[in-house]
This record gives sequence, structure tokens and C-alpha cells, in this order.
Amino acid sequence: MRRLEPGLKAGRLDAADYLRNFSDLHPRLDEHEALVASDRCYFCHDAPCMTACPTSIDIPLFIRQISTGNPIGSAKTIFDQNILGGMCARVCPTETLCEEACVRNTAEERPVEIGRLQRYATDIAIEQGRQFYTPAPSTDRSVAVVGAGPAGLACAHRLAMHGHQVTIYDHREKAGGLNEYGIAAYKTTNDFAQSEVDYILSIGNIDVINGGMLGRDFTLADLQAKHDAVFLGTGLGNVNALNIPGADTNGILDAVEFIANLREAKDKADVPVGRDVVVIGGGMTAIDAAVQAKLLGAENVTICYRRGKEHMNASEFEQDLAASKGVHIRHWLQPKEVAHHHGHVSAITLEYTHVEDGMMKGTGHKTEIKADQILVAIGQKLDLMGIEQMQLQAGKIAIDAEGRTSLPGVWAGGDCAFGGQDLTVSAVAMGRDAAESINRSLAVQAAGLTAVA
Amino acid sequence: MADLRNNFVGIKSPNPFWLASAPPTDKAYNVERAFRAGWGGVVWKTLGSEGPPVVNVNGPRYGAIWGADRRLLGLNNIELITDRPLQVNLQEMKQVKMNWPDRALVASIMVPCVEEEWKAILPLVEETGADGIELNFGCPHGMSERGMGAAVGQVPEYIEMVVRWCKQYTRMPVITKLTPNIADIRKPARAAKAGGTDAVSLINTINSIVSVDLDNFAPNPTVGGKGTHGGYCGPAVKPIALNMVAEIARDEETYGLPISGIGGVTTWRDAAEFMVLGAGNVQVCTAAMTYGFKIVEEMITGLSDWMDAKGHRNLDDITGRAVPNVTDWKYLNLNYIAKARIDQDACIKCGRCHIACEDTSHQAITAEVDGVRHFEVMEDECVGCNLCVNVCPVENCITMVGLEPGTLDQRTGSPVSPIYANWTTHPNNPTAVQAAE
Repeated sequence: MRRLEPGLKAGRLDAADYLRNFSDLHPRLDEHEALVASDRCYFCHDAPCMTACPTSIDIPLFIRQISTGNPIGSAKTIFDQNILGGMCARVCPTETLCEEACVRNTAEERPVEIGRLQRYATDIAIEQGRQFYTPAPSTDRSVAVVGAGPAGLACAHRLAMHGHQVTIYDHREKAGGLNEYGIAAYKTTNDFAQSEVDYILSIGNIDVINGGMLGRDFTLADLQAKHDAVFLGTGLGNVNALNIPGADTNGILDAVEFIANLREAKDKADVPVGRDVVVIGGGMTAIDAAVQAKLLGAENVTICYRRGKEHMNASEFEQDLAASKGVHIRHWLQPKEVAHHHGHVSAITLEYTHVEDGMMKGTGHKTEIKADQILVAIGQKLDLMGIEQMQLQAGKIAIDAEGRTSLPGVWAGGDCAFGGQDLTVSAVAMGRDAAESINRSLAVQAAGLTAVA
Repeated sequence: MADLRNNFVGIKSPNPFWLASAPPTDKAYNVERAFRAGWGGVVWKTLGSEGPPVVNVNGPRYGAIWGADRRLLGLNNIELITDRPLQVNLQEMKQVKMNWPDRALVASIMVPCVEEEWKAILPLVEETGADGIELNFGCPHGMSERGMGAAVGQVPEYIEMVVRWCKQYTRMPVITKLTPNIADIRKPARAAKAGGTDAVSLINTINSIVSVDLDNFAPNPTVGGKGTHGGYCGPAVKPIALNMVAEIARDEETYGLPISGIGGVTTWRDAAEFMVLGAGNVQVCTAAMTYGFKIVEEMITGLSDWMDAKGHRNLDDITGRAVPNVTDWKYLNLNYIAKARIDQDACIKCGRCHIACEDTSHQAITAEVDGVRHFEVMEDECVGCNLCVNVCPVENCITMVGLEPGTLDQRTGSPVSPIYANWTTHPNNPTAVQAAE
């Protein structure tokens, strides 16, 4: 039976299983459902949901527009603040943002379904190809955006709106950043990431150049010579490594790469997965990797996190989702050593931890878990290549309130910069706001040229 | 991009959404907030004569009717005209108009039915720079007992008389606000027109008692243990208002008279309905009091987006478009046959259509077919009344389908006639008009 074979194997399940497993986690609302859901919104003053949204989408207004039969108007309201409202509607942890703040959560512990309503409106607009924005008259200025993820796309679109020419540089084959390569497949089906990229680029005046990497193929100085400003939306290109004996054994993979391979595979049946998978880590990436390993047909999937449930970065919702898919989440365990058999990982030894004098320490007690695949999700970090001269803050690029880095003419936003919440929606907000800052800065420069003595 | 600019009897505003004269337009603070929020114009809360202002109750002033989930469907108020001194209002109006020159600012006025009173107040209002005046002949409570408000609105001769005075003593456009508490709205409208009014606005509020406190045995709102009738407003009154607007729009004598539509406007669609029935703009109150001024954003975008989708370029393209389609019952085509049709994919099998039809109508919907719960229209019984469409909880699950001429109507056994024929020529009608030879 293929499904139960040990080792890394592709095609553990039937085609029908893959289809079902990776179908939309939250299928789209139909019109009737959207009307019923939108009816529940109280149209709050200074709405808590709006305040909770990092991009300050006017949620009461967009929901009211759905309820009055104007989904296109609703989509524009969303896109005005967040041009990636479609992806955000699918991946945003609404359970800790807008839906947590919703007053109906306070009233009946049943918030308005803001995420699904946002998807309803944006899907309609994107499907119809409705464009709401046109570029302002050309400013004859050009801006370089490094990274075609949500931060870079949001920045580029806003700059294009203001009349600037934009060139996006991304080292990957396709644009989209983590939207394309990192988001759980069951959250964005039907190649939505690319549809959205196409929709955003439709405004015009944005070129995308794939394949070149900052630091390796070109420098910041090169960009500054060709463009009037630079925005860095490069994300976190490195992952923290497991520094334990046996960490380089076959069968150990960083979770981000595992997810990217899965997303790019033409057919889920081509993706190899172990029978006994252990995921090290406690954040959203660990959950995404673990859940998808299970959906690919792994028999046992165990998440091992080095502290307690209350410390996990992954939200309650995500933890519950994992549990509902059959993932076993274990706490207070840190990896100690990888065992191998015939050159391939066979088990991992972990040490029980506890808190002593306010610090996490090992207890000396150990346990061993059988594993033929280990996915490492213990954090991503900034790749410093090409930005060595920048000031950092807590390991990320230091920026001011406008998104400016320590280098004049260079802005940054998204996961690579300090201050966001490491969410798609934060990246959009930072990219958009940096674009506004760049625009103001370029206008000042232009005005300066015509100053009268 | 649709053009929402509005020109109502020469009064210009950037969009057709005004606030009606009421607490939201009581003072500069409110009105400036409204303008900041985007409203096209306001009618300032009704001014009274110089001298000691009226006094409001210090207790509850509103009762309400709710739908599901405590959604406010109707408000009933016992608030009076402005309780602030006239001079304070006039000064504020002048300042606001200076601050917001592109927005409409109309003054609502209610003074005793005496020529000197109107002669005195009009120049004071004109001096503020207000764009026009609205004559309040509608308050059904509090003022009518003093011979003002609805006490005037119910007497066409008084309306004509006061309107004439106003046209004589001011150059500002005169809008006459009509009360719905009357048997035939055309009479006061005609009287206003005869007096020379530039426009009419309607409806004011409807006499009502919204609910009764069953513990205290007093109407709500209860003030010191007693209640009184109040003015009903909000979504619940829209149908009354729409009908009255349509009546005036299609009446021979008042055809073409500009109308400002008031009564339950809550969304863009409500506003559009008023406008296609003949209103040149709309005034909103209850919806703003329910949700705050921000709702105008939905109204503006909704109206504009709908106009874009349908190819209507400006408000002239939509105003009055439905008036030619409002007719009298006796002229409806009795040969138009429609049947209800249930979309089985959308049906959630609640059975409400069946029981409505079975208990109270024509027994034309099944409850089960071949022993299985199944709701389907039996065309040989269906008269096309569309009660089922209206009670079904799922939009567009049941629709009315007009039968093509020539199709067999299973209920009558006759094919649908292509000829238009109405009651006036029907053989059952004792007063039938014979067709000309």
C-alpha cells in the first residue's frame, strides 16, 4: 500500500483525495450567503474592525455596499486601502485582527464574517477584470522596487497611481513572493496568486524583471543610478538552521522550501512526503507545513515546539485547524539529535524543557520520535546580501515612520523591515505607505528644481 | 463616471443627498459634521418666530419599531421645531453657508398663519445667504395643536395663502413641505402650486403610536407615565411616501412641479426609487440618526455605480423615468398572465411558500411530490399573485414568469391573448366603456 510506505514518497493518495484535501478551506460565499452575512454588520462608529486592520480598510462601508447590492463599489472600497484585498481575504488571520475586534464577537461570540465578505467582493471585481485606478500623468520619475511580494506589489501599484514608472526586480521566476510560493495551498486555490498579480499590474507603468537577486546580480548603487528611488520588499530570505548533530542528514528540509515545492508542483501527487513527519517550530509556517504534509498523505505528523501552547506564535485558529486535520502538536520539546539509517533520517531525539528563573532550560529528560522526514520551521531571517551597509533593528532593516532606511533614497517594508506583524496585510500597509512617502519626496525634489531665487 | 451634481429649483449641490429638517440639522456643529461627511445639502431644523422658543420634553422623545436583530425599521418622534433662539440659528446658518458655499442650505420655517409673521421672518432668513426656504406644514404633534404644522397642511386654502405670502416677501426659492396625514395628497400639492411654490417636499411624518408599554399601559415613548401620538418615519414609511410622490408627479395639475423626496431613504436604491418616481432630490433623516452621517458614502457610491452600470450619465437621465409607468388599476392589462416558478436548486425547502398559498391564497404549491418534501407551483391553480415570491426567504428563488402570448394558461384553459385589454372594457364591469364603432 503506497500510502503507508516509509521514507520520502510521492503519490501516497488518489487524485480524488488530493483534490478534496487541497480544496478551498473556506469556499466562497454565494450571493444569498453574502447578503445574510452582510446583514449582521452593525455599521459601527470608528469601527474596531477598521482599527484592527493594518491597512485600515473601511470595513463597515464595504460590507454595507455588499448589502445594498453593490459588490463592485465594495471591491473599490477595499482596494482603495489594500490592493491585495483578494489575497488578504484568504490568508489574513482575521480571528486575531478584525473579527476578533468585531463587536458581535463581544455580543454573541459570533463575529461578522469579514474575511469571507471581503473575498466575495474582491473576487467579483477581479473576475470581471474591473480596474478602478488609472495612472496619473507621468512624473518622468522611475522607482525600483526589489521584491514582487505583497509589499513590493502594493508599493508599485500606489507609485503607478501617482504617475511614476516602476520596475520590480524579483529573483524568482514568478512574481507574488510568499503569496505565490509560501501561502498554504488550500487557502489560495486556482492559481489565485497569479491572477491577483496580473490584476495589480494591469494598471500599467510597472515592469517586472525576474531572475536577478540583489547583492548577487546587482547592487543598491546600480539601482540608485538608474532610478530616482528604491523600495526594498525583499522579505526574509534565510531560514534559521537546526544546529544539532545530524542536521544535514537526508530527509531534513526547511519548511519554507517544502511549502514552495508543494505550491509550484503541477500535481500534488508529484510531491514526496514522509510517512512519519516531524515539524520543528511553533509559528504559522510550522502549522502550514504540518497540515499540508498530512494532506499529502503522511501517516503521522507531529509538531514539536520548544515551549508551551500559550507561547506558540501560530494562532488558536491555526492550531485548531491542524488538530482537526490530525496533526499532533506537542509542547516543551527541543530537538537534540537526529538519528539516521542508511544515510536517511530515521528518528529525532528531543529534550523536555521547562522554565527556570524566567528562562527556558532543558530538563535532562529525553524522548525519541520516529521520523523519515523532518521539516524545520524555526524562523526566517533577513538575508543581508546587498544591504550590508544598512542599519538594522532587532535583525531587520531599521526604518522610520515613513519607511525610510538609513540609506538616503532607499525605503523598505514588509517582512524585511522592522515594525510589521509578519503578515501579508502588514506588508501591504508598509509598501503602500512607503509609496506615499516616496511620492511626496519625489514631488519635493521636483518642486526644488523650479525654486525661484 | 456618473455626474451626481444636483440642481433643484436653482439650488445647486454636489449630489442629491440632503438632510431633512430635524435634530441632525439643529445646529452648526451637526451641519458642519454632515458637510464634512459629504452630504450635498441640508434643510436647517425648523425655525420659529422671534421670541421665547418652544420647549421639548426632557424625557423620551422617540419610540421605535424593530425588525429582526433589532434593526430599526421605524422611528416615531415627539420632538418639536428648534428650541434654540432664532438669532442663534440665523447667525450659525450664515456662518455655515460662508464656510460651505457649494452645499445647499435651506431654512425650514414654521410661524403662525398670520401675514405679518411671515413678512417679518423672511428677510431675516434671506440675509443669512440661505439658498431657499421650506415651509413646514407638516408637524403632526405639538405644533398642530397651536394652529401650525399639520393644522395648515391639512387645509389647502391655508397652504395657498401662506405660499403666496412667501412668494411675495422673498426672492428665495420656496419649497412647500406636505403632510401625509391627509386623504388626497394632490389637493395640498395643487394648492401649493396655485400659491406659486417653486417645489414641494414630502412626506413629513405620519401620525402614529408605535407601541404600548404593557406594564404601564401607556404609549411609547412614555413621559412621566403618559404617552402621545408622534410622527412616524424611517424605512417603514417609504411606501407611503413613494406613492404620494408618484401621485403628485403624474397629476395633470402638478405635473412637472419639482419634488424633494423624503421618507425612509436609507440606501442608494431608496434614493433612486424616489428619483425615478419624480423626485429631483431626496432628504434623509432617520437613516442618519440610526447610523451616523457616514451612510452618505454608501448612497453616493451606490447611486453613481448603478448609473455607470446602466449608462445613465446624470440625474436628468433618471428623474421621473418611472412616472409614465404609474397608472390606475383599471388600466392594467388583464391579459398579462404571470405564473410563479420555483428554482429547485436555490430552494431550501422551508415550505413557507406552500403554507402561505395553501392557507391564505389559491392552493397552488405542492408540499410533497411522490412522498418526498418538494415545493413546486401548479400552474393550473396559480393565479400569479406572487405572495410566495414575497414570503420566500431566499432572494430570486421564486420568480414571476410572464407567459408569452399564445401559450396555454392551464388555469383557464385558454391561450394567452396578445391584445391589451383592461377593466374598463371588461364584460363583468357594469360601467364598461364600449369601444368606439
